[in-house]
Amino acid sequence: MNWTPLALTFNLALITTVILLLVSLPLSWWLGHSRSRLKPIIETLVSMPLVLPPTVLGFYFLIFFSPGNAFGQWLDQWLGIRLVFSFEGLVIASLLYSLPFMVHPLQSGLTSLSPSLREAAYVMGKSRLTTFFRVLLPNMKASVLTGVVLSFAHTVGEFGVVLMMGGNVPGKTRVASIAIYDEVEALNYGAANFYSLVLFGITFVILLAVYLVNGGYVKRFWK
Amino acid sequence: MISLDIKKRLKAAAGDMELAVKLEIERGELVTLYGESGSGKTSILRMLAGLMCPDSGKIVVGYQVWYDPERRLLLPPQKRRVGFVFQDYALFPHMTVRQNLEFALTHRQDAAIIDELIHIMELEALQQQKPAKLSGGQQQRVALARALVGQPEILVLDEPLSALDYAMRVKLQDYILQLHRRFELTTILVSHDPSEILKMSDRVFELKNGEITRQATPVDFFRETLRSARVSFSGEVIRLVQEGRAVVATLRVNGEELQVPLDETQAEGLKPGDRIEVATRTFDAVVRKV
Repeated sequence: MNWTPLALTFNLALITTVILLLVSLPLSWWLGHSRSRLKPIIETLVSMPLVLPPTVLGFYFLIFFSPGNAFGQWLDQWLGIRLVFSFEGLVIASLLYSLPFMVHPLQSGLTSLSPSLREAAYVMGKSRLTTFFRVLLPNMKASVLTGVVLSFAHTVGEFGVVLMMGGNVPGKTRVASIAIYDEVEALNYGAANFYSLVLFGITFVILLAVYLVNGGYVKRFWK
Repeated sequence: MISLDIKKRLKAAAGDMELAVKLEIERGELVTLYGESGSGKTSILRMLAGLMCPDSGKIVVGYQVWYDPERRLLLPPQKRRVGFVFQDYALFPHMTVRQNLEFALTHRQDAAIIDELIHIMELEALQQQKPAKLSGGQQQRVALARALVGQPEILVLDEPLSALDYAMRVKLQDYILQLHRRFELTTILVSHDPSEILKMSDRVFELKNGEITRQATPVDFFRETLRSARVSFSGEVIRLVQEGRAVVATLRVNGEELQVPLDETQAEGLKPGDRIEVATRTFDAVVRKV
């Protein structure tokens, strides 16, 4: 059996999730506390991938980053980066595609904490950064876990964006969801079934683990 | 000395309110802000601690200017070092009692203060507990201790005792007084409870609709009520029982039950759950030392 598409899928999901977490922490902080007039617009943009067909996102990516266009050409000539039909391009597309799945849990986790926790740390002389990492973050572990798992699972399930933006390059952009489609087209139901079953099993286990941890079942079991 | 002169437009449920307050507090004083909820007491504390920005005015503490819009000066809460006890205690849920105190240590500060505070507040047995396991009174003691770890000169308490029962309140009042003296603090307290204010404060500021309407020593402040009735207390009506032409009201006063006979006109309109004030002029006291 060819494991490469599966490895590619989980590689993509892992990289996307790590970067998303780093990007979304400050973003969700800003969204949770800002009174800027730009906030509703940023919130809308962050949530757009929830409703937009993935193909729309993929289509604009394709146009935007294509070396045939100004920006894509500039990237290609000056930085030597070609994002279309490449793994790096997939990562960037996945970041946007899964952004709401990371930002929403983090933002609701942050805003559900009592503001007095933050203020108590401030009057003790603690900086915003110290307060964030030592007071707020440890008290929203459930939200972080939810965000991480949802964005990971959502990236695993990506299809439309990858198809538009990444094409079907074996070993580079041929992730499991694409491989399944491809094998079915070629009437290789066995291979398609193999990829599908693995995806089904792994995502089931991941989501089950989240519900067990966040529902407190694990804690009860250990006691 | 704290010199506070602040104006702030507050958005409240009942509509906007203009908070305009000018007050001076001497070093080492323990003062109370007294007034109905929504009169701006908490906002004053928050502006002093730097958690809320006034619209205009000036805040000077000692020789240091904390807020002066003309000089574009607004000291952040981190630099003001006010010991703040929040109404909801704001203990960090993921840290033990001891870790909560240790977190409050400032850079390169001697950790000996932690043991001293734990000793004063009698928290030895609770050191390794998480806040969620503690009772309200215990949490309050931790919050008090934690507010003093950084050795602030000003201690601010936002209705710290309102959620506690009477016995616990009395005990915590003693703790606060003890800390106030031990660390030579200037303490600002928000309170509604006359007996608490009489016991603790040097001065009372009364706030109404965002303005200070009266300031006096507690004895002067409550003199009116003290003179017109030698003894007065307030309590909650638990039961009303008709007995002949009189009504016996059972009251809960400071956690204890008390029966007071009322005539029918007095009892009219009363129902269990009401709060009433009982005052008596002709009062023959029998006093013995306990």
